[in-house]
Amino acid sequence: MTSEECKKLVLDIIADIAPDEDLTNIKSDVRLRDQLQLDSMDFLDIVMELRKRHGIEVPEADYMQLASLDSCAAYLVPKFNAAGVKA
Amino acid sequence: MAARTPLSRIVITGVGLTAPNGNTLAEFRANLLAGKAGGEFIDMRYMGRVPAGVCHFDTLKYQKRKEVRVGTRAGSISIYCAREAIADSKLAWDLIDKTRVGIYVGTTEHGNVETENEIYNISQFKYDTKFWSHYHNPRTVSNNPAGEASLNLGVTGPAYAVGAACAAGNLGIIHGAQMLQLGEIDIAIGGGVSESIHTFGIFAGFKSQGALATHEDPTKASRPFDKARNGIMVSEGGCLYVLERLEDAKARGAKIYGEVAGWCVNSDATDYVLPNPERQGQCMRAALARAGLRAQDIHIVNTHATATPQGDIQECQAVGEVFRDCPDTYINGTKGYIGHTMGAAGALELAGNLPSFEDRIVHPTINVTELDPACALPNLVVNQPVQVKQVDAILNNSFGMLGINSALIIRRYAD
Repeated sequence: MTSEECKKLVLDIIADIAPDEDLTNIKSDVRLRDQLQLDSMDFLDIVMELRKRHGIEVPEADYMQLASLDSCAAYLVPKFNAAGVKA
Repeated sequence: MAARTPLSRIVITGVGLTAPNGNTLAEFRANLLAGKAGGEFIDMRYMGRVPAGVCHFDTLKYQKRKEVRVGTRAGSISIYCAREAIADSKLAWDLIDKTRVGIYVGTTEHGNVETENEIYNISQFKYDTKFWSHYHNPRTVSNNPAGEASLNLGVTGPAYAVGAACAAGNLGIIHGAQMLQLGEIDIAIGGGVSESIHTFGIFAGFKSQGALATHEDPTKASRPFDKARNGIMVSEGGCLYVLERLEDAKARGAKIYGEVAGWCVNSDATDYVLPNPERQGQCMRAALARAGLRAQDIHIVNTHATATPQGDIQECQAVGEVFRDCPDTYINGTKGYIGHTMGAAGALELAGNLPSFEDRIVHPTINVTELDPACALPNLVVNQPVQVKQVDAILNNSFGMLGINSALIIRRYAD
């Protein structure tokens, strides 16, 4: 899985949990919370959906790795690849 | 008992509702007079096709999509009804002190829907509870419907549930009136809601009890007083009122739908599910006494009548006894149109009758093919509306499991 493919999977999840948000111009190097109306419960949703859809576990100590799309990709691509998840 | 000081008169100044056959009071009333019912078939988890009353209001009128996703159906119904009631009241909402607003939402139950959904959800993951939603608790607390409305409206006064089985809609109104009289608040938003059609448990429970309506035509599934009635059609719905002290309503020139003149809430203390006509009669009489009215002064009695074989007969016994010498008292019921909207029932069914103060038409109970002789009360309005000479007072019955009874009397407003 490439970094861009990983970001697309994360954006698919965000589109479902924040359906009022416009995701077309999200900057991947800027914190998601600075660009979108996301609260702590929404981040728990992202964690839950990664678990449900892809079998990926994100321990609480690593939540900060989900801050931006770039950091998501850096953190999740190895996990996706280790789990054999295809884009 | 200590003598009571005179209490403020409480009036209704706004109505917001959603029912299976209407999303405004005007639409609801028009369909009650036209005999248009709102049942349809839905697919119920584990049960298959069942008749139900479904509301079709626009959830996005007052909520964002994310709020609908995070919240509950009961929360959405509360928000819609509260917003509609406030708009109808023409209160200058932005200028209102929100610390002085109370929200009192009657519910038959709350949390079944969300709990069933979560159990079904984790069943897809071998019942591993790490897949259980972090929204479960805020969705299932009993104050969820009122709390979601408080969030949406920015109300910082008291907002909570009034749990009273199927009497709850009446109790939301009564409690609001009481809080106004106590001076706890200046504006009450009170009534009831139900999301019950989204839980199989209520359908399955009534079915196991032999009390779930069946019919090949879902608009005819709920048929109170009909000889062939066979139980309850479960429905969702909501109705919330804006209530104010009379002096406040008059000071701002509000339209007054009616005055909350009297009420009684009592308990059977006899059975989990079976009603008690004697206690129902006591409840109606006590409401009349509180309102300072005689039975003859009531022009419409809206029955609770859920279309169970025994319950309708027992309520008719109670109503027939209390109103036995009342030639100008007309009896009707609403569940033939909308089924049983549970916690919303009392509030919704009252709303359907409020326009009678203006048009003097009594809407009928419908879906009666053959009137059960045991329910053949004098002046029972069956299948066709009746134009009457005068409507000055309405008594609205709502009863619930564990033997809770409520009778609420609304009078035409007069100085």
